[in-house]
Amino acid sequence: MNFFDIRPLLRSCVPLLAPLMLHAQSDVDAIMMGKNLLCAGTSLSTGQWNQYWEGGLLRINENLGTVRTNAVAAMGSLGVTKNLNILYSLPWIQTRATAGQMTGLRGLQDIGIAAKYRMLRKKTERKSFSIFGIAGVSTPSQNYVKDYLPLSIGLGSTNLTLRLMADQTYQWFFTTASTSYVRRSNIRLDRQAYYTTRMIYSAEVEMPDALYSNVRMGYRSSELIAEFVADHWLTLGGFDITKNNMPFSSNRMIQTRIGLAGKYEPKKWKGLSLNGSVFHTVDGRNMGKSTGFQFGVFYIVNFSKSK
Amino acid sequence: MKKIILIISLFTLSCNKDIVEINRQFPLLNPIKPDANAGTWKTILPLNASDFTPANPPSVQDAAFKAQLDQIVALQKNISRDDQENMDYWGTGAVLRWNEILREFVAKYNLPPVNNADGSYPIPSAANPLAYPYFPFANPPYAARAYAYVSAAQFDALVIATHWKDRINRPLAFELDNRIQRLLPNPGLKAYPSADAVAYGVSAAMLKLLFPGEIAEIDRRMASHRRARLMSGIETAADLDAGEALGASIAQAYFQRARTDNAGASVAIVNGVNLWKVFEDNCIALNEIPWISQEAPKRPPMLPFFGKVKPFLFDSATLVGTIRPPAPPSTRSEAFRKELAEVKYYSENQTRERTRIVHFWADGVGTYTPPGHWNAIAAETFATLNWSEVRWARAFALLNLSMMDAAIACWDAKFHYYNPRPSQMDPSIKTVTGLPNFPSYISGHSTFSGAAAEVLGYLVPTDAERFAAMANEASLSRLYGALHYRSDCTVGLAVGRKVGSYAVRRGMSDGAGR
Repeated sequence: MNFFDIRPLLRSCVPLLAPLMLHAQSDVDAIMMGKNLLCAGTSLSTGQWNQYWEGGLLRINENLGTVRTNAVAAMGSLGVTKNLNILYSLPWIQTRATAGQMTGLRGLQDIGIAAKYRMLRKKTERKSFSIFGIAGVSTPSQNYVKDYLPLSIGLGSTNLTLRLMADQTYQWFFTTASTSYVRRSNIRLDRQAYYTTRMIYSAEVEMPDALYSNVRMGYRSSELIAEFVADHWLTLGGFDITKNNMPFSSNRMIQTRIGLAGKYEPKKWKGLSLNGSVFHTVDGRNMGKSTGFQFGVFYIVNFSKSK
Repeated sequence: MKKIILIISLFTLSCNKDIVEINRQFPLLNPIKPDANAGTWKTILPLNASDFTPANPPSVQDAAFKAQLDQIVALQKNISRDDQENMDYWGTGAVLRWNEILREFVAKYNLPPVNNADGSYPIPSAANPLAYPYFPFANPPYAARAYAYVSAAQFDALVIATHWKDRINRPLAFELDNRIQRLLPNPGLKAYPSADAVAYGVSAAMLKLLFPGEIAEIDRRMASHRRARLMSGIETAADLDAGEALGASIAQAYFQRARTDNAGASVAIVNGVNLWKVFEDNCIALNEIPWISQEAPKRPPMLPFFGKVKPFLFDSATLVGTIRPPAPPSTRSEAFRKELAEVKYYSENQTRERTRIVHFWADGVGTYTPPGHWNAIAAETFATLNWSEVRWARAFALLNLSMMDAAIACWDAKFHYYNPRPSQMDPSIKTVTGLPNFPSYISGHSTFSGAAAEVLGYLVPTDAERFAAMANEASLSRLYGALHYRSDCTVGLAVGRKVGSYAVRRGMSDGAGR
């Protein structure tokens, strides 16, 4: 069963008014690569918003117009054993606003590595139930500009994510639910002082940790996956964007999205895997009301000596 | 991989995200030289100490006064950790801390109002500061003037306080009663009126005028300052009350000046009439392209008549005749075309280091503005020098007078020439930080920085080169950010230095010496 999945959208770390910071590992789904299989590929995505939440107020900004984020990501996962996968991702991101004078930015964002371990698997003829533990780290691959929201390519913190995930199947139908704690490091700005709810004389910004939850359900076979996905990002602290101010790295950020995702592995082209997804932000705070889609092409390589 | 393992262990082991704040590392104020002669220094406004005579202090034999000493003894018996922190916080310097409070208010209020549904912009009202749009919009000219008034008033109040300290010759609290411990360094001056209370009295009164929405917060800070001083065993309630009253009465003299310095008439729109159109018409009459707001919807320019505000360091004839720079290159000239091309180059060729410079000096919306940044730079330097309160006040006064007058000179040039921004002339030019909503020539950052570096170089000669290099970088940051032509920056820096030299001249003749 050469299941694998790489699905960048609908995953954590979609910050701010925002660029859909993808990190795409399959670290929020229940699919495992078999031993000695490497699934590697590229994902293209785009997202945009023309409304954002300034605190709780959904507004437009004629001096930004539509903010668009495009991304190309290299990513993949490797089956160390059938119960342990290692995943990686590295996106290149480009931002742009259609109105106003502010220039967009582009560059390599965060490199992410995660280990996904299936701790428990119970299987009967028709049903299966599994529990996974996932630990991941992401860190900026270079010293990109952080203090330029909403057009920064990332928030710049080093994140440690610990996730617990459960997966239940019944014949071809499945439900996967996960929740994660994201420990975020402080970041350093290019300036020496900044105002949040008070004046702080330091280049360092305290980043609140975050919770990320994800639920997905749908149809899953060896050839095809079609699923509905919902996720929720919540920072455990931070402050609201003040009226008509720019967003700030340590804002309180909340986002709820829904989407559809799919994957297809044509039987006649063994090893090829195509995936895609769409998402829409339904609620948020200090974030863009973004909508986007993604498409990925991957290939599976078998490293086993005995074939 | 090793790095990742290290990161994981750091994350799990350390739970501390606390930030080290630069201004919390400053040493306690412990002057090498108390400047006991500061009562003879020349004040900024022509004030006579005799017009500010404090009430006679209570007799040390008086029962009510003995109760004040008992109050200190009682306070010192129960010093909590918060109390200790509070004493250390204020013990770092009264002038410094009130300067920081001002910077904090500026940052909080430096937000342009959002437009109305019809595309017009609401105007903040001092009478109703907490209704949106909040009053004030503490933009750079407003802030420059606020820093100047507060600092100058602090200086004058401390000069006059020192005069009376010497005459009244009252011992410090711990010298009057051996039950009282001295918990902060000895200021080396007499007690009455208290310099710290003079500083909070004058600062609180000025700040309440400038930030009327913060009155409750200002009272809270003043109460915490007073408690710190009482607890420290240096001054009694009588010393503090006399100081606060003296400070508040000096503030009255500054209110008088503030009411008549034309700042109230610097706004773009009065009773619905767009007064700034005159600048546009003048520019068109000279066959030049006038500045147009690049914001959507178009926003009236920021304080177009700020150039008419009354300067502290020179008169209006000097402003127009000596300080106003010659015209920028005509928008039709070859020189202009080359300058525009250079801006475009920087717009399209960002490097990480240049972006760092742009953002380090941006000091835009929601910050303490460029004058506030120079106050922060100055404070970091002054904190190493073991100056007296009055010398701190003098340094901030000279610095901030120069930056207020730099704002006036800069706004005079901006609206006299009304020159378009690079991104107006070439819409393909994108900026690396927010584009300010006023004409281009001359650069405000450059003018502020030229003035600041000139004054700071005089005050701290050993660091003069460092300040000059910083000013130069601040100036160029506006070209790197694609906000200004090179000539805006170089001329702005020169105008700023010239304005700064007037403050230096004042410093050289005020009796303080270096």
